[in-house]
Amino acid sequence: MTVTEPSANQIPTPDNNLNDQKPTGFGRMLRKEDPRFVRGLGQYCDDVTLPGMLHLAILRSPYAHARIVSIDTSAAEAHPKVKAVVTGAMLAEHGLAWMPTLSNDVQAVLATDKVRFQHQEVAFVVAEDRYSARDALELIDVEYDPLDPVIDVRKALDPDAAIIRDDLEGKTDNHCFNWQTGDDAATQAVFDDAEVTVKQEMIYPRVHPAPMETCACVADLDKVSGKLTLWSTTQAPHAHRTVYALVAGLPEHKIRIIAPDIGGGFGGKVPIYPGYVCAIVASLLIGKPVKWAEDRTENLVSTGFARDYIMIGEIAASRDGKIRAVRTNVLADHGAFNGVASPVKYPAGFFGVFTGSYDLEAAFCNMDAVFTNKAPGGVAYACSFRITEAVYLVERMVDVLAYELDMDPAELRLKNLIQPEQFPYETKTGWIYDSGDYEPTMRKAMAMAGYDELRREQAEKRERGELMGIGISFFTEAVGAGPRKDMDILGLGMADGCELRIHPTGKAVVRLSVQTQGQGHETTFAQIVAEEIGIPPEDIEVFHGDTDNTPFGLGTYGSRSTPVSGAAAALVTRKVKDKAQIIASGMLEVSVADLQWDKGSFSVKGDPTKSVTIQDIAMKAHGAGDLPEGVEGGLEAQICYNPSNLTYPFGAYICVVDVDPGTAEVKVRRFIAVDDCGTQINPMIIEGQVHGGLTDGVGMALMQMINFDEDGNCLAGSLMDYLIPTAMEVPDWETGHTVTPSPHHPIGAKGIGESATVGSPPAIVNAVVDALKPFGIRHADMPLTPSRVWEAMQGNHTPPI
Amino acid sequence: MQVPAPFEYERATSVDHAIALMERLGDEARIVAGGHSLLPMMKLRLAMPEYLIDINDLVDELQYIRFTEDEVRIGALTRHQQLLESDELAAIFPIFRDAEKVIADPVVRNKGTLGGSLCQADPSEDLSAVCDALEAKCVIRNSSGQRVVEMHDFHRGPYETAVEDGEMLTEVRIPIKPNSSSAYHKVERRAGDWAVASAGAAVTMNGDVIADGRVGLCAVGPNLTNVQPISDALRNQPPSEELYARVGEIAAANASPATDTRGTAAYKTHLAKELTIRSLRKAVARATGQEI
Ligand SMILES: Cc1cc2nc3c(=O)[nH]c(=O)nc-3n(C[C@H](O)[C@H](O)[C@H](O)COP(=O)(O)OP(=O)(O)OC[C@H]3O[C@@H](n4cnc5c(N)ncnc54)[C@H](O)[C@@H]3O)c2cc1C
Repeated sequence: MTVTEPSANQIPTPDNNLNDQKPTGFGRMLRKEDPRFVRGLGQYCDDVTLPGMLHLAILRSPYAHARIVSIDTSAAEAHPKVKAVVTGAMLAEHGLAWMPTLSNDVQAVLATDKVRFQHQEVAFVVAEDRYSARDALELIDVEYDPLDPVIDVRKALDPDAAIIRDDLEGKTDNHCFNWQTGDDAATQAVFDDAEVTVKQEMIYPRVHPAPMETCACVADLDKVSGKLTLWSTTQAPHAHRTVYALVAGLPEHKIRIIAPDIGGGFGGKVPIYPGYVCAIVASLLIGKPVKWAEDRTENLVSTGFARDYIMIGEIAASRDGKIRAVRTNVLADHGAFNGVASPVKYPAGFFGVFTGSYDLEAAFCNMDAVFTNKAPGGVAYACSFRITEAVYLVERMVDVLAYELDMDPAELRLKNLIQPEQFPYETKTGWIYDSGDYEPTMRKAMAMAGYDELRREQAEKRERGELMGIGISFFTEAVGAGPRKDMDILGLGMADGCELRIHPTGKAVVRLSVQTQGQGHETTFAQIVAEEIGIPPEDIEVFHGDTDNTPFGLGTYGSRSTPVSGAAAALVTRKVKDKAQIIASGMLEVSVADLQWDKGSFSVKGDPTKSVTIQDIAMKAHGAGDLPEGVEGGLEAQICYNPSNLTYPFGAYICVVDVDPGTAEVKVRRFIAVDDCGTQINPMIIEGQVHGGLTDGVGMALMQMINFDEDGNCLAGSLMDYLIPTAMEVPDWETGHTVTPSPHHPIGAKGIGESATVGSPPAIVNAVVDALKPFGIRHADMPLTPSRVWEAMQGNHTPPI
Repeated sequence: MQVPAPFEYERATSVDHAIALMERLGDEARIVAGGHSLLPMMKLRLAMPEYLIDINDLVDELQYIRFTEDEVRIGALTRHQQLLESDELAAIFPIFRDAEKVIADPVVRNKGTLGGSLCQADPSEDLSAVCDALEAKCVIRNSSGQRVVEMHDFHRGPYETAVEDGEMLTEVRIPIKPNSSSAYHKVERRAGDWAVASAGAAVTMNGDVIADGRVGLCAVGPNLTNVQPISDALRNQPPSEELYARVGEIAAANASPATDTRGTAAYKTHLAKELTIRSLRKAVARATGQEI
């Protein structure tokens, strides 16, 4: 493979144009999609305008838990620009008041009996313009009978707690599910005979993907053809189409989902939200195109949240620092409906990888999930299905152990990492890590950081009363869901199709089932195809986001695009290349075995002057004259790729913070991130993904939480309350990489989209807790706002929930 | 997109025109200056004025920073960005640049105004603390003339000022004193965030002693202007860490913050002290030419 990777000391800058190379295959090149994005010419859902289009606005509940006594829509209906006002009762008449969630629970499209979280959807208005629709909401009169809300997750299972899900027959408590993994007895045995055990409760607060672009759709039901076209903010257009077909009873071939440019998803655009269904119903009802575009508050308070785990972690170890077993007991807040977007057999996502990157004797997890009067969700917010929680747990716990043993946390990790010869490594919870060589990655991060020097500096600073902290995390991710024997979403296997067509002049179009939300698919996939067949990326059109014109597949989330669809793209290209080789053998009049492939052309072995380019072959495939015996015209292929395993990227992160002793403000001074995602396709895009994820990590570790008051009012309904970090809060990221290819992926690539979001929060929290060591602090929960850090320094640390 | 309730809109062509419109339209009308406080509230439908009177064309009448011998006069429509960039202002009142660097973000600063900030009277709003520390006076105009009020009369409480219906703030006047300087410190959770707490100090030196000093506090309680015990404690004292600590304690004792998502009451009270100390230390260092 051609890797035009700059050498280590050549860092891309605006002057040296190192990102602007023109590789025919892997290497740095500017993103093909960026010319339209940087000029503001992206086309998002809310840019879609159709003739006669109407606007939909949703009335939401002011209460977290209340019975609906009555709804009077007459004043809203009298508004001159209003076309329809629809309530849950009206939907119920058509059997549309409830819809399935991605976890086989149900969720109300519009509340019929009672509301179960603040801002739940109660009614909608369709009007001629967006303003009138919003104005008319104020004219709907709903009488509520408030009920006791269940807000404190720790009290959700109390015998006297109100029952939230009385819609489920026979439901007498707020228990959602119990889930266990690992071996309870074996783990207990290790704990019984361990020299050292540590135990710590830690909370991963409720956070939100908060993409720039909120959710939106335009539903257009064509009366003549009976076909529904839905422009929608979806990360998984094909999966959504099937679900709509099942819910709405529309035939699947009469549904076309178009996902135009998407301004960030992070898992938040995997679920199907009531707003989409309302828009479809409205278009059906009125016979006109209907747009729904939620506002910022609606996005934050009603669409899928992430995390919300209270985890009790335990480690059993030997006195010299050999980690023997990890155990955890988790209380998971799932909100009012179980809306987790995970493969069905994995109700806690891939939390099972909480055993981390360490060689253990035993592990066990017990989890209870409960319903509360909060917005539903549990989406994979850049977390690879709950791996963010798992990695936070184990990496924080390792630091707790280091504190107890008074051992350097880097040394402790190095002592316990899984060794290269142990791969493929089966964990005590049954995950088979495909490949890894952990120690060099850890050592590289330490070398880049100047780890020993940092510890010396810290010691000097502590003498002077200054608070400096160094935090480490070493993580293993599990991405690329997944083998269809184990993984499906609502019965849809997680394999991906891909189709490649080479046009007569040697230009190409590759059609993907996955949908980019900013990850750079139009570049990465062009490079994957280019690497295999030698057509320059600029001659390859990447087409995606339209179910009528792309093969079936499950979509982009959980860092699965490169592991699954990327493999599909490589393999479909190889299939096309195989055919090209047969055609070349006819053109050069030699046997297939006598041909040699130099990226982009076949030549006769031993006579390089006799050669044909892939472009020549494409013309031949479509042109006049005979093709070799049994070969059809055209140069195209389609495949469906079923991964044999997940891929397991990993990384070593080191964070350096300074804490102001007077104000308790945390400054992230340095952050070193060494990632291993196997074969690198476009290093610039990888770095971009890492930068974004690290910034996300700073947000979660230091400033973000979706919180509620005791009545269940959401207190994080704007970006003034729910803070997104900016360039001001983050350091110049210092990134590096090692390359350990995946053995089962055709090009050896692993996912990278979420590594940094997964790996950075524990590194940052570990750094802050390390800085606070002089105060005898062993643990402090996120978000580490100045106030929470100061309270911890006063000995008043309180969990955020 | 959050959309406001219906409203009528008119662009004022002069201050007199704006005042006439306000007199005619009464309390259903609101002035819009930079719009960075009013429009977010309208979009959330927390404010639903029936009329907006836009004063952004009144640059000639309301947008200036003018210096006289003993006073600087700043027009109400002067933008945050202009306050930030003015070197003359920074030379005399470095507190302005300190504060403006940490008020909101460039997008907001390009539009938001001094007048809007003071009239919004948000308890977390920074320029009120600045103006308080500097003993600023506010010029309020109506159809029959104008009056000048002190900061602590101007601020009547959270979101409440001395500007009545049919009136507007036109100018802020700040006395220039020799041997003086000032400084501002703020703690925020993130750049562009409102203060968890902040404090500004202004001191006038007489040789080795502080002849006069004031501290303005922000986000640590309603209407915390003109904390007299602070000024009393500073008067004619030689600057020292003990003095700053003592004054910090007074600031903390006068603070009455509420616990919210920005921080606990205890933490904010602590900040009232800590930031008072820091801004006093810096203001004195500047006034005595010792700032490093
Ligand atoms: C994202 C964001 C972050 C912010 N962060 C901070 C911060 O950290 N610190 C801070 O101090 N501020 C902050 N602000 C507020 C910002 O400084 C506002 O611009 C300012 O408070 C109001 O000024 P304005 O000109 O935009 O006022 P407008 O919004 O136009 O008006 C505010 C109020 O004052 C009235 N008004 C305006 N001018 C006059 C006048 N001349 N006479 C009488 N009444 C008048 C209006 O009728 C209205 O009631 C922030 C704002 C935003 C949007």
